[in-house]
Amino acid sequence: MSQPKGERLLELRFPAQASRMTLVRQTVRSAARFCGFNEPDTRDIVLAVGEACQNVILHAYAESGEGDVVLGILRDEDRIVVRVTDYGPAVDPTVFKPRDLRDLRPGGLGTHFIRELMDTADFGPAPDGVGNVLQMTKKAKAMETEGGAL
Amino acid sequence: MTEVIRDEEGRFVVELDGEIDLERAPALRKTLLDCVRRGRDVLVDLSRVTYIDSSGIASLVEALQDAGKAETRFGLIAISPEVMRVFELARLDKVFTIHPDLGSALKAEA
Repeated sequence: MSQPKGERLLELRFPAQASRMTLVRQTVRSAARFCGFNEPDTRDIVLAVGEACQNVILHAYAESGEGDVVLGILRDEDRIVVRVTDYGPAVDPTVFKPRDLRDLRPGGLGTHFIRELMDTADFGPAPDGVGNVLQMTKKAKAMETEGGAL
Repeated sequence: MTEVIRDEEGRFVVELDGEIDLERAPALRKTLLDCVRRGRDVLVDLSRVTYIDSSGIASLVEALQDAGKAETRFGLIAISPEVMRVFELARLDKVFTIHPDLGSALKAEA
């Protein structure tokens, strides 16, 4: 997947561990508000990014047992661009698809949430050839694109 | 983050608070399954839960399914609009029995 366009806001590198997720959500929440998103949309972005990081924590390092997640957040005009990168084995992009919700069972909802909550979600190989990247974007609603305090 | 289990007229009422995510979901899953497997009806009070993700939802779904097999009841209480949105996204808002508060839950399941 190619490098995104937009103004870089922040990059956060952290171990792929569930114990880091509270901190990650706080960071994403601040970034979304900074980009001018209202509270409901901010919550949606936080949930979607949380699900993306959760997928990395659960699946990317199943063989090695540990690795990092890199969260990159950019602003492209009135759009937030969030990239979640792992350094695990290459994953077939076709696995990034939601399951049938009529099948009531625990698990498998994360991808569905990401697709529902964000405007775009694209999964593919990382640009430098190692790992995978999930890039998500969401557009802020009109009247709310002036940006707020971080 | 706490989990409080109370006995309310023979049912287990599990009170949760804060954020339910991948870090917390395994402990929640164990708590809920332990309650269900003791053969009593279970009510989960979500009034003080501010965030839930797919891992938390999965714990609730598994407990609901176990309750179905055990032929006991499993209901949710007082879901905030923020958390209800996640249930709606998952198309689970009609799958779970959701009560506005504990009083109506106890009355409905009496």
